[in-house]
Amino acid sequence: MMLAVLALRSLWSRSVSVLLTVLGIAVSSALIVAVDRVRSETRTNFTQTIAGTDLVVGARTSPVQLLLYTVFRIGDPTNTIRWVSFEKISSHPKVAWAVPISLGDSHRGFRVLATNDGYFEHLRYGDEQKLLLEEGELFGDVFAAVLGAEVAATLGYQIGDPIVVAHGARDDGLSRHDDHPFRVSGILKPTGTPVDRTAHITLTAMEAIHVGWEGGVRTQASMAHAQQALPDLKPKTITAFLLGLDRKMDVFLLQRAINTFRDEPLLAILPGVALQSLWDLFGTAETALVIVTAMTMVTGVIGMVVGVLATLNERRREMAVLRAVGARPLDIFGLLLFESCFLAAVGVVVGFLMLTLVLNLLGAVFAQEFGMLPSAGFPSSREAVLLGVLALSGSIAGLLPALRAYRLSVHDGLHAGG
Amino acid sequence: MMTSVSAEVIAGAVDVVDVRDLVFAWPGQPPMISIPRFQLAAGERVFLQGPSGSGKSTLIGLVAGIHRPTGGQLHVLGHDLGNLGQAERDRFRGEHLGIVFQQFNLVPYLDALANVLLPLTFSSQLRHELGGVEAARNRGIDLLSRLEIDPDVAFRPPSALSVGQQQRVAVARALLVRPALVICDEPTSALDTSTRSAFMQVLLEECAHQNAALLFVSHDESLADQFDRVVNMNTFRDGQGLFR
Repeated sequence: MMLAVLALRSLWSRSVSVLLTVLGIAVSSALIVAVDRVRSETRTNFTQTIAGTDLVVGARTSPVQLLLYTVFRIGDPTNTIRWVSFEKISSHPKVAWAVPISLGDSHRGFRVLATNDGYFEHLRYGDEQKLLLEEGELFGDVFAAVLGAEVAATLGYQIGDPIVVAHGARDDGLSRHDDHPFRVSGILKPTGTPVDRTAHITLTAMEAIHVGWEGGVRTQASMAHAQQALPDLKPKTITAFLLGLDRKMDVFLLQRAINTFRDEPLLAILPGVALQSLWDLFGTAETALVIVTAMTMVTGVIGMVVGVLATLNERRREMAVLRAVGARPLDIFGLLLFESCFLAAVGVVVGFLMLTLVLNLLGAVFAQEFGMLPSAGFPSSREAVLLGVLALSGSIAGLLPALRAYRLSVHDGLHAGG
Repeated sequence: MMTSVSAEVIAGAVDVVDVRDLVFAWPGQPPMISIPRFQLAAGERVFLQGPSGSGKSTLIGLVAGIHRPTGGQLHVLGHDLGNLGQAERDRFRGEHLGIVFQQFNLVPYLDALANVLLPLTFSSQLRHELGGVEAARNRGIDLLSRLEIDPDVAFRPPSALSVGQQQRVAVARALLVRPALVICDEPTSALDTSTRSAFMQVLLEECAHQNAALLFVSHDESLADQFDRVVNMNTFRDGQGLFR
């Protein structure tokens, strides 16, 4: 019988407490991987909120603020920019495409974004994914509305339902554009980005419903003009626009050109860079998660060491017997170290399997609730390292009971409690 | 490292234990024991007595190679234990000595037979000498039956065995390695009178059968007349006047 077999038999004889110890390590390793996965997927999700757009252009403000209201629809635009500026810049030879967007209105708590068909054609998120329709169609006519998945789900809209847009970000029920109801023409598939929480309308319609609202409230006089003037209704101002370039390497050139635009003060940002710096604002939260992960790890390891140490005193007799039949103190050391390594390794594997099982069972719920699906598969190299570190620290911590057993066996010799 | 036993020991020409001016002390403390001369011949049965604290356990620890002599000579089966390192002494003990304690001789999570075969775990030399694991296993079963342990009991855990059975399993384990010396440290003190005499009978019989010398430590003087020789720890002390 080998030493390892002896250790396994010993563990088997204490199966209940061994099971609990393994469970403790399993739970902490499952937590570690889960927390880390949520952390990295949140980050990926976040930094890929907008993709495929080379520059976001708006009125001059801070890059993060521009990003916040154009991409995340948080806060209000500081200023508008002139339509002629948009036309001028979008006709620049290095520009492949340009999509204007206009913000300011809302619908029952969701922001309304006015744009054109180019938005659905060019906007990308995540891994260069396009916005896709769940049902219906894009802007078929001027007063069509394309709803984000969450808007439709929360408010229970179907294709063809009428909706009324409120003036301003907060719908106080007083200033509604109820003279111009929209019709839901399409509903987008979930993306896990702010697009899900946005109602999209056409720029033309946005302009139309604001005819007569120049002062911020409705004036009776000009209401009637809106409908008839529709076809050639061109916005005078927009909030921002998205630019795509033919060659990525021109992006800094164009950025500088826009930032030094003479006609009005503009700001062009690289969304990826701005997203990264915005994410860095949340750096402390990320650090906190990492700390929680580390603490979980420490707890798991301590639990195991306590579990093994607790058995030592009652096993002194057993160690004296082993010494009597020829075991060196080093064998006793090895026996105890093997136990810790085994517990740590099995715990880590069981933990990962537990997590995979849970994710497979509840993956759909996660996707629904949080707009992200933590992948359930083989551990990523990073997770493998994390789990490896846990198993290793368990084994290293196992040195403690092993050393204690070594010293006890030297001290006791053949005479322990007998 | 060689822990083989020379032909002279086997033939009885060399004493199993040969002690000259043996001194043992914990570092920085006065000597625990000091023994001018002590010998144990091959196949000899010695009853070692003495009050608590007289150093019986220390002497056993020395002969078994747990402790290393502080001074003097300690030869066991022709090996100078004072010149062997801890690991060598551990291996020596596992391969050539049989040890039986007062009680709790068995590893609780192994059945009786696995306990008998336990010495094989720590020495590949032993596995080889006993002709492989299978042969050792047969020897274990044979020893158990000679010690009146039924074959079905051999596969029970120690907790299902009576104390008397446990002690006999311990003797079977001690004899497994074909030891030239069996050391018993008060093996009968946990047994009642009737079990005790049965135990003593099989122990002495089997040691004689295996041609093993027996160093038997006990308080129970009623057992002394079953031995070739009685040694009292006090004789060492009185002889030298060194002791505490």
